[in-house]
Formats: sequence, C-alpha cells, structure tokens
Amino acid sequence: MAAGQQTEQPAEQAAGPATVQPVPDQASVDVEIAEWRLRYEKHLADGGARQNHPDRAYAAYHSTALRHPTQPLVAVADPEALELSGPVFGVTDVTDLDRDLTRQHNGEPLGERITVSGRVLDRDGRPVRGQLVEIWQANASGRYAHQRDQHPAPLDPNFSGVGRCLTDDQGAYSFTTIKPGAYPWRNHLNAWRPAHIHFSLFGEAFTQRLVTQMYFPGDPLFAYDPILQSVTDDAARARLVAAYVHELSQPEFALGYRWDIVLDGPGATWMEEGR
Amino acid sequence: MSVLPTPSQTVGPFYGYALPFAGGGDVVPAGHPDAVTIRGVVHDGAGEPIPDALLEFWTGPGAPGSMRRDPTSGRVIGRDGVTLTGFGRVPTDADGSYTVRVARPGPMQYVSVCVFARGLLHHLYTRVYLDGDAAGADFGSLSAARRATLVATPEREGVWRFDVHLQGAEETVFLEFG
Repeated sequence: MAAGQQTEQPAEQAAGPATVQPVPDQASVDVEIAEWRLRYEKHLADGGARQNHPDRAYAAYHSTALRHPTQPLVAVADPEALELSGPVFGVTDVTDLDRDLTRQHNGEPLGERITVSGRVLDRDGRPVRGQLVEIWQANASGRYAHQRDQHPAPLDPNFSGVGRCLTDDQGAYSFTTIKPGAYPWRNHLNAWRPAHIHFSLFGEAFTQRLVTQMYFPGDPLFAYDPILQSVTDDAARARLVAAYVHELSQPEFALGYRWDIVLDGPGATWMEEGR
Repeated sequence: MSVLPTPSQTVGPFYGYALPFAGGGDVVPAGHPDAVTIRGVVHDGAGEPIPDALLEFWTGPGAPGSMRRDPTSGRVIGRDGVTLTGFGRVPTDADGSYTVRVARPGPMQYVSVCVFARGLLHHLYTRVYLDGDAAGADFGSLSAARRATLVATPEREGVWRFDVHLQGAEETVFLEFG
C-alpha cells in the first residue's frame, strides 16, 4: 500500500491552506477502530443482523474514504440473472507445480516452509469442486516482488509469491509455501500488516466470488491492523485466521496450517432449489 | 444457509503479479463477428482515476481455458482463440483506464462486472448494458440518472465507453444478489 498512500497524502495536504495535516499515528487509528467496534455493538444491541463482511466505509483503513459507494446496493432478484452462473477453469489453466511456491526458481526460498490446506465450501456446506484458487504473498522478509513495494527489506530471488490450484472433488486445496513476514505500509505512522496470504476464489456462480486474506494464529499485530479489524464481528474475524494443525506438519520439512473457506452469495443451484 | 461465510478483504495493491494474465481482456478474439470493445476509466469519489483497480467481466456461457498454461514452462500462454470462456480480467492502467473485448451481449443484454481495488474492502458488482431500454426493463425503479450509470456510450463503430465511479455524484449503480 506504500506507493498509493504516498501519492494520496501530499495531494490532500496541498489542497489546504498553510496547515499541514499531521500523519495519523497508531493511537488515532486505535480510536477509529474502537469507534467502529462500538458502533457495531450498538447495531447488534438494537437488533441488527450480524455482519460477516467489512463495511466498505470502514474509516480506520484510510484508503476507503474515496473508494466506497454511498448509495445503497440495488437488489437483483432475477432467477435467470447471468451472475448466478460463473466462469469455470480446468486442467489447462494450472500446472501441477503451481501449488508449490517453493519450487518456482532454481534455488529454495528463505523462510519457514509451511503448507496451507483446507476446503472451499458454499453456504450450505457443499464442496466447491474443480474451481480456481489463486494466492499471492510477501516473502519471508515481508517484501512483495512488486515494483511498488520498495521498502528496505530484501527480495528473495527464489521466491515470487504466486500460486494457484484447482479444488478437488471434495473441495480441497493445498499449497506449499513459506510463511510471509509482516509488512509495513503507510496507512498511518508505524503501520504494520500482520503476516497474511491473499486468496482469490471462484464458486459455481459469479455471485460467490471472493477475494480475501488469510492470517496466522497468534500474530501480535492483529489488534493494530485496520484491514483485519474492518471485520468488526469477532466470530467473523476469527474465520480469517488459519489453524496450526500439528498432524499436518511434516517431519523436518514444513509446518501445517489449515484454513477452510466458505463462499458467500447465492450459488448456481440456489433458485432451482426454491430458496 | 448453515455455514457462515469467510469475510472479504481488500485485494490490496500487489495483486498485479498474481491475478492479471496475458490476454485477460480478450474475452473474444479480434475479428470475432460479434466483438465489441468496452473501455473506460475507474474513478474515486474525488473524480480521480484509480490506477490499482481490477475488473472482472462475465458474459457466459463459460468453458475452461481463460489462462491456459504452457505445460513445459508453466507460463501463461492465454486463450486458444477458439474456446469461448466468457471470462475477462483486466487491471486498470496508471491512468485508471481499462479495455475489454467481449461478444455483444446476447439474450441477457448485459455484461456482468466485478470491481476490486485497493481501498475497497469488499468487491462490487455492476453491469454494462449497451441498450438503455434493456437497462430500463431490468431497473425500472431507478431514476433515469442512476440507471444511466449502467449503460455504455457508443464511441465509434464497435467501441463503447463505460466508466465506473466508486463514489460521488456520478456513482455507479452497484448490485447485490440473493
């Protein structure tokens, strides 16, 4: 997020008179996080529904300010809507090696080797079969192999940080990779993202599309991170955190994490089943 | 609905080396008899272009092969030019612009669009209609001004303009399902 913030902040300062906006610090972000938690607790106390997804207007993540719609979403009830079908992928779209991010270069990447595996399900708990899972992440030093990440942590010539696979007949996926490092960004002064892996998922229907981030259990940065905290519901936020499963660790090779993913939205069979 | 969903999180700024693929905007090949090119700019609430948005397009009917891989090198070799996968994916350029070539919408009259961006915590759906009457039939309850945000403007033969405004006076109509 570094470069984008760099370009946004000076523009805002230039718009004002002589006063220079102070760079927000963690304490001010903590206040914003607490305010949105209180707002959500009041929403629940008033009988409001639990919210599984972040509010797009979530203010502590400052880049939302000009990038969230203010008009309500328009409901589409058409049972024939194109969005109730979706793109499909197959064996031509992935190779067997794509799921192993540690084998994409001549040498082995530095860092703590891990596996991340789980199942992709729909809201009815049915497996999402044969669909594309894409991931991307920083290296063990917290650096993305991206031109716009120029913070002073080393790139790893043996790690790109990109993987993909198809789910199997049980909806299962698995990746072998290295544990990403924490990543500094410019949402506010001394802002650090907890270690995370970006995931992109397709269901049977375009309405089930999901892009999200997986976190690692016990990360001390959780409380400070406005992107994770944008999920104000405690139980929902916990669903973004993988579990360490010792039985999935492999002796002298890798630590095993498990993360199941549930796609929201009506599926392709939604209307057919009369719900 | 017995299982609670996994929350959305922003795509962030660094999807660029993971999600876009060569030919991602060529949903149909150049020269396809029904090809139409849709291009536009994604704007934020201040009217500024968004250089780190990602747009996905869905036209149906769908087949694998959008991002075919070379089984020798593993690199993306793209579509075979014959199979119609119905799926397009394009990142915005430094000036916030995008271009996609699709088949002229058939019976459904629209192309479905899914918008991702840094600063957007949960993706947004919208639609591109080439025909204002079709948009009116599907969204008769919206004001004419709001509905117009769903309709592309002809620019020249075979090329249509469709801008996306995440916020502001010209804010695009975004959709929810189910």
